[in-house]
Order: sequence, then structure tokens, then C-alpha cells
Amino acid sequence: MEIKDDNISAMCRPAVGEAGKTGDWRDATPVIDHAKCIASVKNRPACYLCWLYCPEGIVKAGIPIEINLTYCKGCGICAEECPARAITMVMHEEAKK
Amino acid sequence: MPEKLFKVNAEEYILPGNRACSGCGLSIAYRYVLKALRENTILTLPASCLTVLHGLYPITSVGIPCLNCTFASTAASASGLVAGLAAMNRSDITVVAIAGDGGTFDIGIQALSGAAERGTDFIFVCYDNEGYMNTGTQRSSATPMGALTTTTPILTKQQHKKDMMKIMEGHDIPYLATCSPSFPIDLYDKFVKAKRIKGTRYVQIATPCPPGWVFPPKDTVKIGRLAVETGIVVLYEIENGKFRFTGRSKTISEKGTRAPVIHYVERQGRFKKMSMEQLGQLQRWVDGKWNEYLRRAEA
Ligand SMILES: Cc1ncc(C[n+]2csc(CCOP(=O)(O)OP(=O)(O)O)c2C)c(N)n1
Ligand code: SF4
Ligand code: SF4
Ligand code: SF4
Ligand SMILES: [Mg+2]
Repeated sequence: MEIKDDNISAMCRPAVGEAGKTGDWRDATPVIDHAKCIASVKNRPACYLCWLYCPEGIVKAGIPIEINLTYCKGCGICAEECPARAITMVMHEEAKK
Repeated sequence: MPEKLFKVNAEEYILPGNRACSGCGLSIAYRYVLKALRENTILTLPASCLTVLHGLYPITSVGIPCLNCTFASTAASASGLVAGLAAMNRSDITVVAIAGDGGTFDIGIQALSGAAERGTDFIFVCYDNEGYMNTGTQRSSATPMGALTTTTPILTKQQHKKDMMKIMEGHDIPYLATCSPSFPIDLYDKFVKAKRIKGTRYVQIATPCPPGWVFPPKDTVKIGRLAVETGIVVLYEIENGKFRFTGRSKTISEKGTRAPVIHYVERQGRFKKMSMEQLGQLQRWVDGKWNEYLRRAEA
């Protein structure tokens, strides 16, 4: 329910993708090896450090884990912090040049 | 599910596709700040990287009501919000002002001091990325000695960081805390606690900034952790005057395993022109602060 208040002249509304599809920013993509991921191996909620540290809040911590690549900026924090080394950052062809 | 694993609020209040840099330490911290504060919160913030994260009119990336205020008036605008809510009998809403180090240590300090002296019932959060990052990495009074910035481009910064926690403690406020995005649960718990306390609360978050500090975005959490391991950042809280180490800093204080600052300094491009003499000065400065904390923790 939206309340109109004439005293407020410039009010923003929340929306996903305010800066566009920020997945475009990436020059490397996180690729998950589910055979190494602790949550998948144990087949129960476990570890989820990738979810904890992702600055974008776009890791879905299920079994298996999923990353929303439309908005993943490719920072590589998830890969760096993964204790099982289950995530690899794969460089894009253009970025290698 | 992760929320149960880590015992945190499941809701995400920052929406994906926002304008913050890749690997931004502030983004990680802010996720947990908002998770802890929850819905019945009003934010006020001045120009900073955080306003950029919040987005351009008419869209915002953050699902909590927010007022955009001018630089020097952050804490004054919070005082206004508190008075307005009191007039409307809305004591269920927490007012939270949040500014960068420039907006806290330098430009916002007099309004903040005034609000704290009046005992205004709000939380002031400073996210400290140690410079004016949104405008291109200018030096602030929170920049550490030996760091290159665009306004200290040759000799590096010659002065030590201002001890803002001490200044705020001088206001005899009921709660002060420091935290880091590398330790999100410690950060979350402190904000949950701060929300329950009445009066002025001050929380300072040390947020690593990949472009400003010149390190790869993948290392944000590591750099934040190294800051704590070396005692550059110390995790603690001061509740009604009583000092207490928390989390990793508590363990380091008990085991005496603090690492030398070089481990932290050597991984950041901003320190590449730091002299050996400055490194020594920084180490002695950190040692002095740490010993002071140890004495206070024992008292
Ligand atoms: C009164 C005023 N002076 C200067 C500016 C320009 N300005 C916008 S953001 C910013 C830097 C703020 O630094 P800090 O508070 O540390 O936040 P950060 O950008 O580092 O997150 C400056 C100088 C402004 N918007 N208003
Ligand atoms: S951090 Fe690694 S092991 Fe842990 S849940 Fe994520 S992918 Fe799996
Ligand atoms: S690369 Fe960065 S943005 Fe992408 S999922 Fe990993 S932590 Fe999140
Ligand atoms: S400049 Fe630094 S603090 Fe600002 S958005 Fe980028 S990483 Fe975050
Ligand atoms: Mg700053």
C-alpha cells in the first residue's frame, strides 16, 4: 500500500538493477564445482561462506548453491573465501587480451 | 538454510544491480547492518559512496526509508527525525545516521558532537574507508600514516589516523562499538544490541575499499581480516564505560598472537611509497593503542 504525502517532492522507489544488469561489469565468472562444495557433498545446509561474504547478496544458499549471474560483478570474493576451493573464477576471452 | 546456520535475519534489504564497486567492503558491511536494523528504521545519509549505492532518483537499491541530507548536517537531520517521530508518538522506529569517514571525522563532527551531547536517541554509524573515496580518494583525518591519496600523492600522508572512538567516548554515551565486514556476525550482533539501547550510540565500521586502497577486489575480506590480525583494526565495544574485546580481537588478546603491521601494509598499493621510518612509526602507534586496550580490558 502506497501512502501519498504532498510534503515529499522527490522520493525514490526501490527496484532491482538500479545500475542496470551489473553482470556486464564482470571480466571473470565464478564457476562452481558442486562435487567439491561442502553443502552439496554433505547434502545439508553447511558452510555457505560464499553466501555470507558476497557483497551483492546474490548467492542462493540452497543445495546446490546458485549464483545470480545477471548481477554478479565478478569480484571473486566467493572463490577466495571458499574453504573447499569449489569456486573458480574463469576469465572471459576478451579480458585475457 | 544460511540464516539458521549463522542466526541472522533472512531478508536482504540491498537489491542486486546497485552502483557500488565490485568487491566493495561497504556493501558487505551494509548487508548485515540492515539485516540487524530491520524494517522499523529510518536512515539519513550525506553524500558518499553509500549515496551512490542507494541509487539515482527516481530509483533506489535499498528497501529501507532514507533521507538524503547535506554533508555537515547528518546528525542534525537525525535529531530532526527523532523529534518528528516523538511528536507523532512513533517510539517504535529507530533513527540511524550513516556517513563515511569524511562525513564523520571531518565534515560532520560538530553536528555529531552536538547530537551526542544532547543525548539524542539515535545510532550514528561511520563506515570508514579511510578517505574521500566517492570523489576520487582524497585524504581525510581517518587516512592512516604512509598512505598515498590524490591529495598526498608524493610524500604519502604524514599524520596518524584520528582516534574518533576516543572523541565519541568523551561524550559519555551508553554504547560504542567497532566492527568489520570480514567478521559479519560480530558486526550483526553489535547492531542488534545497539538497536535495543536508548540514547546516542556510535558504531564505526572499518570497510576495505579495493580502488582506494589499491588491492584486487577478491581480497576485500582478506584485507579486512589482516587489519584485525595486525591490530590496525581492533574489534571491541564500550557499554556504559566498560571496555570489552569481541570476536577475533578477544582471541588475539588472550593468546597474544597479534601479527606485525607489515603483513597488512604490504598487500596494498596505497602504502607502496611508505618509508621504513613510517612503518616503524605506524607499528609503534598500533602497539601503543593495543596496550591501552589490554589495560582497559583487564580493569
Ligand atoms: C558540502 C559538500 N562538499 C563536498 C561535496 C563533495 N563530496 C561528495 S561525496 C564526497 C566524499 C565523501 O567522503 P566520505 O564521507 O569519506 O565517504 P566515501 O565517499 O569515502 O564513502 C565529497 C567530498 C558535497 N557533496 N557536499
Ligand atoms: S563457500 Fe564453497 S564450500 Fe562453502 S558453500 Fe560456498 S561453494 Fe560450497
Ligand atoms: S564473484 Fe563476487 S559478486 Fe559474484 S557471486 Fe562471487 S562474491 Fe558475489
Ligand atoms: S570507492 Fe570503495 S567504498 Fe566506494 S563504492 Fe567503491 S569500493 Fe566501495
Ligand atoms: Mg570515506
